[in-house]
Amino acid sequence: MDFEQLWSPVMARILPKKDVVIIGLGWTGAVMAQELTDEGLDVIAIERGPWRDAPTDFPPSQMQDELRYRVRHELFLRPDQLTFTFRNKVDQQALPIRNWGAFMPPNGVGGGGVHWNAEMWRFLPSDFVLKTHLTQRYGADFLPSDMTIQDWGITYDELEPHYDRFEYLCGTSGTAGNLRGKIMEGGNPFEGPRSRDYPTKAQPQPFSHTLFGKAARELGYKPFPQPSGNLSTAYTNPLGLRMGPCTYCGFCEWFGCSNYSKASPQTTILPVLVRKSNFTARDNSEVVKINTDRSGKHATGVTFVDSSGEAWEQPADLVILSAFSLFNAQLMLHSGIGQPYDPATGEGRIGRNFTHQTTSSVNGFFDHTKFNFNPFIGSGSIGMCIDEFNGDNFDHGPHGFVGGGYVGQVQTGARPIESALTPPGTPKWGTGWKNAVRDNYLSTVKPGTGVHGSFYAYRDIYLDLDPLYKDRFSRPLMRMTIDIKENEAKQNRFLTDKFAEIIKAMGAASLAKTYRTAPYDSTTYQTTHLNGGVIMGADPKTSAVNRYLQSWDVSNLFVLGASAFPQNAGYNPTLTVGALAYWAADAIRNQYLTKPGPLVDA
Amino acid sequence: METGLGPVVSRRSVLLSTAAFLIATSSRRTTAKTISGVLPWEPNGGNPPVAAKLGPWEFFTAEEGRAMEALADRIIPPDPQTPGGKDSGSAVFVDRQLAGGYGAQEGLYVRPPFITGAKNQGTQSEGGPRKEYREGLAALDRACQAREGGKRFADLPDDRKDQVLKDLEEGNLKLEGVDGKSFFALTIKDVQTGFFADPIYGGNRDMAAWKMIGYPGARYNYLDWVGRHNERFPLPPVSMTGRAEWTSNNSGAR
Ligand SMILES: Cc1cc2nc3c(=O)[nH]c(=O)nc-3n(C[C@H](O)[C@H](O)[C@H](O)COP(=O)(O)OP(=O)(O)OC[C@H]3O[C@@H](n4cnc5c(N)ncnc54)[C@H](O)[C@@H]3O)c2cc1C
Ligand code: SF4
Repeated sequence: MDFEQLWSPVMARILPKKDVVIIGLGWTGAVMAQELTDEGLDVIAIERGPWRDAPTDFPPSQMQDELRYRVRHELFLRPDQLTFTFRNKVDQQALPIRNWGAFMPPNGVGGGGVHWNAEMWRFLPSDFVLKTHLTQRYGADFLPSDMTIQDWGITYDELEPHYDRFEYLCGTSGTAGNLRGKIMEGGNPFEGPRSRDYPTKAQPQPFSHTLFGKAARELGYKPFPQPSGNLSTAYTNPLGLRMGPCTYCGFCEWFGCSNYSKASPQTTILPVLVRKSNFTARDNSEVVKINTDRSGKHATGVTFVDSSGEAWEQPADLVILSAFSLFNAQLMLHSGIGQPYDPATGEGRIGRNFTHQTTSSVNGFFDHTKFNFNPFIGSGSIGMCIDEFNGDNFDHGPHGFVGGGYVGQVQTGARPIESALTPPGTPKWGTGWKNAVRDNYLSTVKPGTGVHGSFYAYRDIYLDLDPLYKDRFSRPLMRMTIDIKENEAKQNRFLTDKFAEIIKAMGAASLAKTYRTAPYDSTTYQTTHLNGGVIMGADPKTSAVNRYLQSWDVSNLFVLGASAFPQNAGYNPTLTVGALAYWAADAIRNQYLTKPGPLVDA
Repeated sequence: METGLGPVVSRRSVLLSTAAFLIATSSRRTTAKTISGVLPWEPNGGNPPVAAKLGPWEFFTAEEGRAMEALADRIIPPDPQTPGGKDSGSAVFVDRQLAGGYGAQEGLYVRPPFITGAKNQGTQSEGGPRKEYREGLAALDRACQAREGGKRFADLPDDRKDQVLKDLEEGNLKLEGVDGKSFFALTIKDVQTGFFADPIYGGNRDMAAWKMIGYPGARYNYLDWVGRHNERFPLPPVSMTGRAEWTSNNSGAR
């Protein structure tokens, strides 16, 4: 079909003006909607996917379906509706991602909050001033010449109250490691100071986790339970919403929780938000453009297309872009807001400093006559971890790389299609395979997370529009140019070896160790922690939004999400994403609304 | 290059593309709705799984079905405790998957151009799994007939079948017009997926695979068990439709 031929003007029907339009009703959209409706503003949220909730979409009668939700990933966006093109290098032909592999973009009300693991980490204080910190400690020459890491323009101390708010919203289960500067036994001694303890105690740990903890301690590390949004106990959050204790069902990441035990917009915000008379949501409606006035400096609202093909225009005074990092960048490019980044000159804002997460794992195979882990008993973020090798918690001088990550055993539930593993050297089929599967299923340690490393930014890893491939609206797909650089490969090798030592010390008879190596592979899953493209910072030349996540170009547009990360730390992003949403909401409520306009002079 | 959407979306192109999109998603409501005041909830608004139906092949021809069952039984050979791929239904599973959304590449991006790229750029084939099986199974039979005295794959003795598959796996047996190595890899993946999926989809009959490995299935509550270490969980598996003993009219293909 020749799509060019079909191009002709469309008449969008114009809806009554609102104070605020929110693009995407996932984690950050829900947080912002809750805050701005509290302020008395009239808010509409427009969501690309369907409304979803436990009784209809993930009840306990059908949710335990590995084929449907994990293998065929039903809760996720269909590439048919929107995808990206991918290549490793600037001189390579990018090709479309026809089926998801390396990451799995969310779709539908609740966004990634529906089917995330809920591993809830704070970043280190040094992560926010990364460039300054590393140059001071190691000198500028220690960094690879094409590395483009930056400071965030915000500090850990400024963000701390907002970290706290998101943790209490979610009921996060954990053990504090640093209470107002005092190092606490049993917690993460490397974390930044927290103003109060976790809202709920850490989850109890299954067998493999206690073995991991013991082995790690004996090797001289300080293991601690992973901070988790799968709750250890019943909890009522500050909005009055009640959550139940997690039952370790093992259908957590990729799945929705039937049990109201996993923190999500559905369990922590939406039932309160929907009842407010100044809030409206539209589902199955995809925003296709942020509209600006003639000056290009003021947003007038958005255009969206609903699932029956009708186009609508929603005018608003304030536009919140909270569509998930990748779609934030894509909508900025499609709306022509901000200069697109050009790797040849290093100029331009949108698409700059695109990053992912450098992950890998080590599976441990144990003697099945002595070990039974009941690996199907698990939850998305139940875990035992160490943080000795994250960020700059150790001296990088002798190692010749920067960055790091946490490593840990996270027993997420051994759904058998994905988890019937066999030791290295086993045939892939036949009697040998069958016997090995039978013998190993209950006695294999398959860490859900394993090695969770940082991914720093580079001059030629970026997002722009593809010159060839088009989406269903005949718009160019967004193109990702991404690779694993030597620094990240070295970091991963170091971390994976350290992790393997611990699994070995647990008593594993054999290990399957996989390093993350170049080239970046779009077909193997590596988390859905994609970052950058619309990064925050103090300098409008090298960032797209200011420290309050306000667009430097269009001051009534705020862009929430991990798109703001100048580079990625060795932790999962969402607690920081949620804290930044509260931080931006605070700036809108207390500064912007009294005096609309740029909150920082460009 | 055109960047802004501006006046470029035509109503027709939108309608065409969303119509396709609507078919792609399942029975669930996909019409856009405005939500305010209360959580949107409709009676019977759920979206239960669709069970594989009993009966004849839906995608395979009789000859292909025979080859598929023979393949399933070599990938997962029967043993005294646990049935093989054939009797546990893996070939039926693959057939129903190919007849359904998986075979149709439902929801995938299938717009042209189709350019061959690097392996790490993912599949760029236009035909998808239906074409791969149709051509792969035919080519496998042709190769066997040429090499194994005129016999099709399904008619070979087990040790010859295994030899053929080994050669395929190692790239020592080339199939005509088909990448034999990747076709076999796909077959292994799909057959084993059917073995471990919920029985509602046609494989893993009587939860044979789950019993074999000690997986309790679609249970939902292990609160009492998370703290019990190195102890075998005692309960047998359940599927999404329960256990055969619970109902005389158990659904799911069997
Ligand atoms: C399987 C999985 C596991 C994960 N596990 C973890 C974890 O353990 N810990 C962690 O920290 N993070 C985890 N994440 C990441 C986490 O889900 C995201 O960081 C988080 O949801 C981001 O919040 P957000 O508001 O930016 O985006 P989302 O929550 O994804 O919300 C964005 C919403 O915008 C909608 N949208 C997009 N484009 C448009 C458009 N054009 N018009 C209208 N609506 C649109 C989307 O449909 C979506 O609902 C996981 C993600 C996945 C997929
Ligand atoms: S593991 Fe716990 S939090 Fe996760 S889906 Fe199951 S009950 Fe919910």
